[in-house]
Amino acid sequence: MDLIIPQINFSAIAPALTVMITAVVVLLIGLFFQKVQRELLAIVGIIGLIVSLGELGRMWGKDITGFGGMVGNDNFTIAFQMIFIIAAFLAALLSLNRIEDEYVSYGEFYGLLLFALSGIIVMVQGLNLLIVFLGLEILSISLYILTGFRKMRADSIEAALKYFLLGAFSTGFLLYGIALIYGTTGSFSFKGISSYVNANGFTNVLFVAGIILFLVGLAFKAAFVPFHQWTPDVYQGAPTPIAAFMSVGAKGAAFAVLIRLFVSVAAFSTREWTIAIWVLALLTMTIGNVVAIVQQNIKRMLAYSSIAHAGYILVGVLAGNEMGRSAVLFYLMAYTFMNLGAFGVVSYLGISHKVENLRIESYRGIGYKYPFAALAMAVFMFSLAGVPPTAGFIGKFYLFSAALKAGFVWLVILSVLNAVISAYYYLRVVVAMYMQEPEEGKVFELPAASWGVGLALLLAVLGVLYMGIFPSSLMQLFQKTAELISML
Amino acid sequence: MLEWIWLVPLFPLIGVIINGLFGRYLGHKIVGILGSTMIGLSFITVSIIFVDLLKLPPEHRFFTKTLYDWIVAGNFTAQISFLVDPLSVVMMLVVTGVSFVIHIYSIGYMHGDKGYSRFFTYLNLFVFAMLLLITADNFLMMFVGWEGVGLCSYLLIGFWYGDNYNAYAGRKAFVVNRIGDFGFLLGIFFIVVTFHSVNFQEVFGAAAAKYTIGAPIITVITSLLFVGAMGKSAQIPLYVWLPDAMAGPTPVSALIHAATMVTAGVYMVARANVLYTLSPISMALIAVIGVATAFFAATMGMTQFDIKRMLAYSTISQLGYMFVGVGVGAFAAGIFHLMTHAFFKALLFMGAGSIMHAMSNSTDMRMMGGLKKKMPITYWTFLMATLAISGIPGFSGFFSKDEILWQSLAGAYGNFWIWLVGVITAGLTAFYMFRAVYMTFHGELRAKKEIAEHVHEAPSTMTVPLLILGVLAVIGGYIGIPKILGGSNPFEHFLDPVFEKSLEIRHAAGLVPHISGESARVLELPLMGLTFVIVLVGIGFAYLMYLKRPELPGIWTKKINYVYQLVFNKYYVDEIYETLIVNPMAAISESFLWKFVDVKIIDGFINGTGNVVRGTGRVVRKWQTGFVQNYALSFVIGVVILVFYIVFM
Repeated sequence: MDLIIPQINFSAIAPALTVMITAVVVLLIGLFFQKVQRELLAIVGIIGLIVSLGELGRMWGKDITGFGGMVGNDNFTIAFQMIFIIAAFLAALLSLNRIEDEYVSYGEFYGLLLFALSGIIVMVQGLNLLIVFLGLEILSISLYILTGFRKMRADSIEAALKYFLLGAFSTGFLLYGIALIYGTTGSFSFKGISSYVNANGFTNVLFVAGIILFLVGLAFKAAFVPFHQWTPDVYQGAPTPIAAFMSVGAKGAAFAVLIRLFVSVAAFSTREWTIAIWVLALLTMTIGNVVAIVQQNIKRMLAYSSIAHAGYILVGVLAGNEMGRSAVLFYLMAYTFMNLGAFGVVSYLGISHKVENLRIESYRGIGYKYPFAALAMAVFMFSLAGVPPTAGFIGKFYLFSAALKAGFVWLVILSVLNAVISAYYYLRVVVAMYMQEPEEGKVFELPAASWGVGLALLLAVLGVLYMGIFPSSLMQLFQKTAELISML
Repeated sequence: MLEWIWLVPLFPLIGVIINGLFGRYLGHKIVGILGSTMIGLSFITVSIIFVDLLKLPPEHRFFTKTLYDWIVAGNFTAQISFLVDPLSVVMMLVVTGVSFVIHIYSIGYMHGDKGYSRFFTYLNLFVFAMLLLITADNFLMMFVGWEGVGLCSYLLIGFWYGDNYNAYAGRKAFVVNRIGDFGFLLGIFFIVVTFHSVNFQEVFGAAAAKYTIGAPIITVITSLLFVGAMGKSAQIPLYVWLPDAMAGPTPVSALIHAATMVTAGVYMVARANVLYTLSPISMALIAVIGVATAFFAATMGMTQFDIKRMLAYSTISQLGYMFVGVGVGAFAAGIFHLMTHAFFKALLFMGAGSIMHAMSNSTDMRMMGGLKKKMPITYWTFLMATLAISGIPGFSGFFSKDEILWQSLAGAYGNFWIWLVGVITAGLTAFYMFRAVYMTFHGELRAKKEIAEHVHEAPSTMTVPLLILGVLAVIGGYIGIPKILGGSNPFEHFLDPVFEKSLEIRHAAGLVPHISGESARVLELPLMGLTFVIVLVGIGFAYLMYLKRPELPGIWTKKINYVYQLVFNKYYVDEIYETLIVNPMAAISESFLWKFVDVKIIDGFINGTGNVVRGTGRVVRKWQTGFVQNYALSFVIGVVILVFYIVFM
């Protein structure tokens, strides 16, 4: 028997490798130079991110595969990875804000953030279920630790524990799903699954069960209803920049894999799958939005809001056309700016007196006390609500147009209704900031924002406005990537 | 000069940027002058564009200036592009002109307010958004302006944020308008699906070419768009936010909630006249809702004691007239009334502001009276506006209102009942307006002594704008004198090219005016006279009840107490909405969807709120009682349902 030695092409995983190496470097610096400023650690990490962005740019348009076809980078995947790197970049800047005693070891903090990112990159690159699983686990384990990073705080530990238990539970489903898929198709690769489905359809119950379990694992990460309950608890307990990163990174990675699966297996467009995803999307956005209305804690509100946004993005996935795929990319990019921005303001405003100001009530009157932070927050809230001319409006318009084009009229009507309802709770924050007097005796004093936070918020605001006012260049770019999802 | 159209919205934007960023360092005087100058520059630019447009032959009065491709998705493109045609120029002239006057007025009115620069920033931002709305050459860009003016409106309603009621009023306006926006957005989505374009020319051209009168999809689109107009222009059933919006500063009420923003719905219908002409059902809907709103709002205005709220109901009522105009296919008449209304209603609000200025911000008309002597300029300008809105011949409102009433009877879509209710409403309008004049300016001053001593005429920054608008309220109608009174109605002819395609569609379908030719000539003047008589009756009752024998209202309202209470409480519509919609919604989302579905069923027994501070021991204990298991349980249930569905369906 000939042993085929797979062609190992390290350049195919260069971005992931760069991020991982940077993570190790940051860890080591933190370990050996305990006195070192955390700014330095963040800068080292950011340099690594920029290098890996450059490598992705180099790979653009080349469709590089490696490791015997287990990983591959077409433009669609590269676009996803770039979005996640930008998310990590913003999260790293935002984390420069926290009060000193909150994170004991910054080396580990930035190291783990970068490891989480490398997990996402591996996951998105994977053309093989095992690689996807590998990436997912790197991501998950890093996030479990990061969630519980505020060791002195009960809610942080509680969140980490919950996230870990449920995450492990969902991983079990995912792995079992992969096992069933392998058992029935004899293959781990998307290509193998695709040719199996083309030949046999969804006739084998075990195969179908495998696919469902795999999807459930992804649904947990993307926080679709009813796999979402961990989200508010975890976001609330996790350090705010980490919650922000999770809301984009972990969610987006799941969407990338989901789209790859749907593109490779055309049979997903059959009626019963469509209905199932239709219901899932509607449930996800409706429960997310309606429950967000009654939240008093802003992090929980943003958590439910992120659930709702997963529902909107799922509408674009369901559309199943090129427009839908590029809309998903566009929306994810927009969401990165507006959601990381919103969490960034929450993080900045939440640091006084070592007690977090997380009640929406405590935002009263800050519009005049902290005009720039409040203005930024208002921009993010309007964008999340989908008010023009922000990125959120264009993104929703794009997603829903794609779904309409694919014929999902009622889903679009219900989605627009959802977006209308959602405006109510986003506006609550704006009303509190600009239209209400501060609570008696609760005027809080904040230190000046660090350069990192200022820069991150500025970039996020510019991103939101740029994508709202001049969206066409980015749209066309994403459109080109979505036309050719070359590798299966 | 036409290609410089983009300057028109640019000037206010410059004002927003400078005042927004540096306003707090500039000092009140500079802020006010800068904000007003920017609007003045816009007005001058528009005037030059208007003159240039007049030089062109009527059929060539159409120009678009494209700045760049805004949204490009597949074969769908939306541009940032400005449209210059008679309709947009008329709107621009009204908006920049009235805005300029109100900006000047605000310099005096907002004097010494701590939010001075914020106020002018918002006000300039509003004008910018409004100009985007009316110069847009496609539905999406129009929507940007549409949302923008709404946003400024909420911000300005809640401007004096110290009062919780103001924030409540701002939020109410927002929520009600979101319902309208929902319809408007869906309308746009249906336009995209049907026409693969949002550009006005493309959509209207395709609609006229492909569809005949009565096509269902056009009815769907136009009714959805009209839902947006109901919200923005405060029509039944979405009018409830406008009276509460009076919580904002008075110049805001004058500019946004009387003269400009609230007329956006009328403008939108006139702009989309081709689509509406293709849908007689939507036209009928608009006319009926318009006339019903005109009537009910007028009755509510009759019982108000708060001068600003009274004017708010009057605005709702007059907007109803405009919708009657466009709803019966008299688009030019609707826009004509929009313009004259902008003059006299802005003037009325500014007069009310001048009174409030003198009366230590009191708005209760029962506390006023006899102000005529102390505030002559305010009195005379207020009276001019009152004569105009009541439709006294010779004043601007007379020409525009009578044109609408005549068309509502004689036009192709006319209807006797719409006309009749419209005429009765004209009488009610005269009654409540003169009631206000008598209660505030005539008789004896009923205010407390310390307030009465301070009553004075407003400073010249406020009285000069009053005088300017006073002149316009009188003569503004002369550009639209109908043929029957010896005029040639140049206003209507100027707008003709915009509505030409609608007329062609109408002719092709054989829709002709009900009354025309000889019978029209015989009827028009007598009907005009009839309306005038009814108006005089209204004035007479006001005179009798509020000047001659002030005890009469008390006696009469007692006799019809049930009816009076019903009207006085505004038909309990707010209360009905509260019980039927707001409370159940809140209950559903709070107790059912969240507390029951999400927390009890999905979240298990976790207490979702109290997580902020929680001891470790409690965490572990709660953890052991098992809510993570409950999360997992719902997880499994979800999987089981999915598998069951996919495998067995």
